[in-house]
Amino acid sequence: MAVRLDKSWIPLNDENVAKLAAHLGVYQLANDDGEILYIGMAGARSLFGLKGELKTALEEPPAGVTQFRIEVNMSYRTRRLELLQTYMHDHGELPAANTDIDANSIGRLRPG
Amino acid sequence: MDLSLTEEQKLIVEMVKRFVRDEVAPLEDSLDPDEDTLPPEQFDKLVAKTKEMGLYGLGIPPEYGGPEVDITTNTLIAIEYSQHRAGLYAPCYGAFGGAGLAQMFEATEEQKEKYLYPTLRGEMKTFFGLSEPSGGSDPARAIQTRAVRDGDEWVINGSKLWISGADQADYGLLFARTNPKEGRGGVTCFIVETHWPGFNVRRIVHTLRQARHATEIQMEDLRVPHTNILGVEGGGFAIANDRLTRQRIPYAAACLGPAFKAHEMAIEYSQIRETFGAALSSRQGIQWMLVENEIDLRTARWFVLDAAAKADRGDDFRTEAAICKLVASEAAGRVIDRSMQIHGGLGVAKDLPFERWYREIRIRRIGEGPSEVQKHIIARDILGAGLR
Ligand SMILES: Cc1cc2nc3c(=O)[nH]c(=O)nc-3n(C[C@H](O)[C@H](O)[C@H](O)COP(=O)(O)OP(=O)(O)OC[C@H]3O[C@@H](n4cnc5c(N)ncnc54)[C@H](O)[C@@H]3O)c2cc1C
Repeated sequence: MAVRLDKSWIPLNDENVAKLAAHLGVYQLANDDGEILYIGMAGARSLFGLKGELKTALEEPPAGVTQFRIEVNMSYRTRRLELLQTYMHDHGELPAANTDIDANSIGRLRPG
Repeated sequence: MDLSLTEEQKLIVEMVKRFVRDEVAPLEDSLDPDEDTLPPEQFDKLVAKTKEMGLYGLGIPPEYGGPEVDITTNTLIAIEYSQHRAGLYAPCYGAFGGAGLAQMFEATEEQKEKYLYPTLRGEMKTFFGLSEPSGGSDPARAIQTRAVRDGDEWVINGSKLWISGADQADYGLLFARTNPKEGRGGVTCFIVETHWPGFNVRRIVHTLRQARHATEIQMEDLRVPHTNILGVEGGGFAIANDRLTRQRIPYAAACLGPAFKAHEMAIEYSQIRETFGAALSSRQGIQWMLVENEIDLRTARWFVLDAAAKADRGDDFRTEAAICKLVASEAAGRVIDRSMQIHGGLGVAKDLPFERWYREIRIRRIGEGPSEVQKHIIARDILGAGLR
């Protein structure tokens, strides 16, 4: 499995969120330019999984968010951590809207 | 063998039982079912309690600051402290401290000051880097990571697979081949800091277990000072073997914690759940599952305590450690499976802890030496060391 998520971005709107299933997994939110602004997960305590998480993002989008992409993944915790660590490696900081995570606590990855 | 507990052991077991039930388990109601860490405030509170109990640093020999408890008591505690959802791989979320496989008995005073003591104080995290893509069961032959001497330093190249927590660690024990002509005697243990150039954690290896996740690491011209050899050059295999053997008893004991809890929950549930007009517990089909659980648990507990008692007496316990790891990991898997079955659909839902235990216990038949390797160790004892 590739470390980086490189699926196409999908516009964050009612129609696209309605198409999502209630799977567990990870998601990324981005602006119009495809810059990642938030990396999140739909864990076992998320009501309606990815659908529920993206619905919340649609209702209260972090500043600048217009697009999303998802990965269905039962290992949602370790996968989210890997995506956060990879972003940190690539950019030296966490995505702007990931104020819910302490950058010092996520560990270190140097993907090739 | 007398398996009855001393008065002191009974008190300690009861204290840990209460700690898990009253302080740890309730926190899990609001956590993700696969959580393995607590927010700092909650963690610090738990650590303050284990220190108050005099049990912080469990598994660490008293001369290094660990609590004054023998291996048998330690084992009894491990059976108790793992009786909650995260208990298999994150017992009490690490509130008992300890250094796991990274205990460095061979360390020089300088190495102890720099690495061991901060670890024992809970200030540094470690990894244990033995397994490679070429195999983990037989590291003496499989290790291909190469260390070549260059003046006062060693230059290490190669890769390691499955290494738990390397992305979170400050340093770790890395086993590399320093003499390609020798098998066991050609492996050396290096203390390696994870921020050094050339040490790369390439990815998280996603498995059935999300707690203390595995990683893949790659060393590219990683330069390690000669003074960072742990023990002696060529002594790495003996260190790995020693650590794995010691670790097998608490490892086996911790398998039993969730299994005991699962069994307790199955007994309770079978008495309140009714089908076809009668409690599940009135059905012989269910009774036999509970009886098999009971037998599995008693047998495994006996083997674990037997190994611990032998270690306490200072006898060689390598074979007993292998037997108890084998018996406990396999028995616990069966007990969790049966208990899950008795709970029906609830058993497989993330609302209850069974599904996490079921996934994680499966790894225990492979991690730290698969069941077949434990049998190989026991066979060697029976048939003689000449067995390859
Ligand atoms: C989640 C996880 C975390 C881990 N964490 C660490 C860690 O932190 N540090 C570390 O160094 N390693 C770690 N390991 C590695 C673990 O110790 C190895 O997976 C294990 O030793 C088996 O090695 P292998 O996977 O290469 O299997 P192999 O050695 O290739 O063996 C494959 C299978 O062959 C069978 N087998 C092997 N030998 C024999 C024999 N003599 N007779 C009959 N059958 C045999 C067994 O069924 C075995 O499972 C971890 C593994 C996992 C899954």
